[in-house]
Amino acid sequence: MPNPDDMLFRTLADPTRRAIFERLCRDGEQTVGALTTGSGVSQPAVSKHLGVLKLAGLVRDRPDGRQTHYSAQPGALAPLVDWTGRMTGFWQGRFDDLEDLLKRMDQ
Amino acid sequence: MTETTTETLSVVVEREMPFPPEKIWRALTQPHLIEAWLMKSDFKPVMDHRFRFSADWGSVDCQVMAVEPNRTLAYSWGAYGVGSVVTWTLTPTSAGTHLRMEQSGFRPDQPQAYNGARAGWPRFFAALEQQLARMD
Repeated sequence: MPNPDDMLFRTLADPTRRAIFERLCRDGEQTVGALTTGSGVSQPAVSKHLGVLKLAGLVRDRPDGRQTHYSAQPGALAPLVDWTGRMTGFWQGRFDDLEDLLKRMDQ
Repeated sequence: MTETTTETLSVVVEREMPFPPEKIWRALTQPHLIEAWLMKSDFKPVMDHRFRFSADWGSVDCQVMAVEPNRTLAYSWGAYGVGSVVTWTLTPTSAGTHLRMEQSGFRPDQPQAYNGARAGWPRFFAALEQQLARMD
């Protein structure tokens, strides 16, 4: 199996983080406070998720006085877009090995 | 970028094999044979059986979802916190077997937790594709 961008996958596998990222993609730049409002998740939790998204390169922060604004960086998703290509390569290799095995097997 | 994302994230590999379905079925379902072309596992061709593929890079958690001897085999495939389903279809041909593998359904393993968002991976990728389209 090809080794996908592990951190990117783990970051987006969490539905809360994915929802935060989706919202930034949809609504543009936001503060932690704005992202927390009506989310049903505490502000420290939203901050923590933003930190993980930032580590994965999925969000960028822009300090502005006492506020920090967060925006989505969709370009960081490129490895995910490559996923199908890599999995196809993985399975084609498995098919080759399977065919070799079948040639060696007794009827 | 107009295709549905479910299709975009489905991987299909198919090949004509000069062997009968029964023989291929054995290679797909007997652990000592599976290990020779895929990975080590404690697989059993039994509905709902949970098993694990392991390799030096990590492991894949699976559960059998369909077993129709010599015709169809499906199991869930959970790796990197993301789940998908691998389905094998064997169709007899005059020269042997048409073997098809489809991996699809890329979905999160965890329930939704944020603002009641019901967004699964398909919706997420729909949003992503729109976003990428706007970037051009």
